[in-house]
Amino acid sequence: MARMKFLCDAERCIECNGCVTACKNENEVPWGVNRRRVVTINDGVVGAEKSISVACMHCSDAPCMAVCPVDCFYRTDDGVVLHDKDLCIGCGYCFYACPFGAPQFPQAGAFGLRGKMDKCTFCAGGPEADRSEAEFKKYGRNRLAEGKLPACAEMCSTKALLGGDGDVIADVYRERVLRRGKGSEVWGWGTAYGPGRPGAQPPQPARKS
Amino acid sequence: MRTVLAVVLLAVGLAACGEREQVIEPQSEKRYQGKTDSKPWDNESPVAELRGGKWTKGNMTSWEEQIKQRQLSQNEYKRIEQ
Repeated sequence: MARMKFLCDAERCIECNGCVTACKNENEVPWGVNRRRVVTINDGVVGAEKSISVACMHCSDAPCMAVCPVDCFYRTDDGVVLHDKDLCIGCGYCFYACPFGAPQFPQAGAFGLRGKMDKCTFCAGGPEADRSEAEFKKYGRNRLAEGKLPACAEMCSTKALLGGDGDVIADVYRERVLRRGKGSEVWGWGTAYGPGRPGAQPPQPARKS
Repeated sequence: MRTVLAVVLLAVGLAACGEREQVIEPQSEKRYQGKTDSKPWDNESPVAELRGGKWTKGNMTSWEEQIKQRQLSQNEYKRIEQ
């Protein structure tokens, strides 16, 4: 059984925000809600700038699921964490629990009232009938039921963002790393965010006077 | 006696090799009381215009196989060499 995951290659991400745009377009995400964001560290520092695309990571032991007071979360057979918007009360506990800031809350009404939670569905829709109008309106497109992968991953121009079964995309990534001519030193902070030496730390940003 | 002992030892030795079930079925899961979600493979393959995959309705294996091919197509080294 597949266990769907995202994997973002910080060496390849060019901060084009194509994944963000693809997600918003595919799911017609409301204004003010970003199911996916590109996070950049050391922005503008030559040689040290790294970007990574972040959304719901569909955790195996999801904290949002653990803290939800109305238990509106469930996990599909493919390991995708989804929720029922008919049960959600928009309390925001999941937002505080999530280490990735994945849960989003649309502003409902003129006074900034918090709407029901919205998050990345791995393009798997929700608990409405698959590929139905109701499912699309509440949760966005169900691409898995169309035999496709999430739009963000499939649209990524540099293929920095991989989506799919954790085992399969890990193999894709492993082959890529080996072709770069690297070995075990590819893991860890130094390679992901530093100048490339094992164990190296990223340069400190210059102090503003 | 030896056979029984060997079987018991084997069972104990392999006990840690098991994997805890991490799939939660919506209706059987104790806490979630929402609607039951259908399985992606319980749908007909989309029409050709949608450029989706092809699988047999209700056949999980065929759906998984075609989605795996889709995942592997993310490997541009494989696509170039094809």
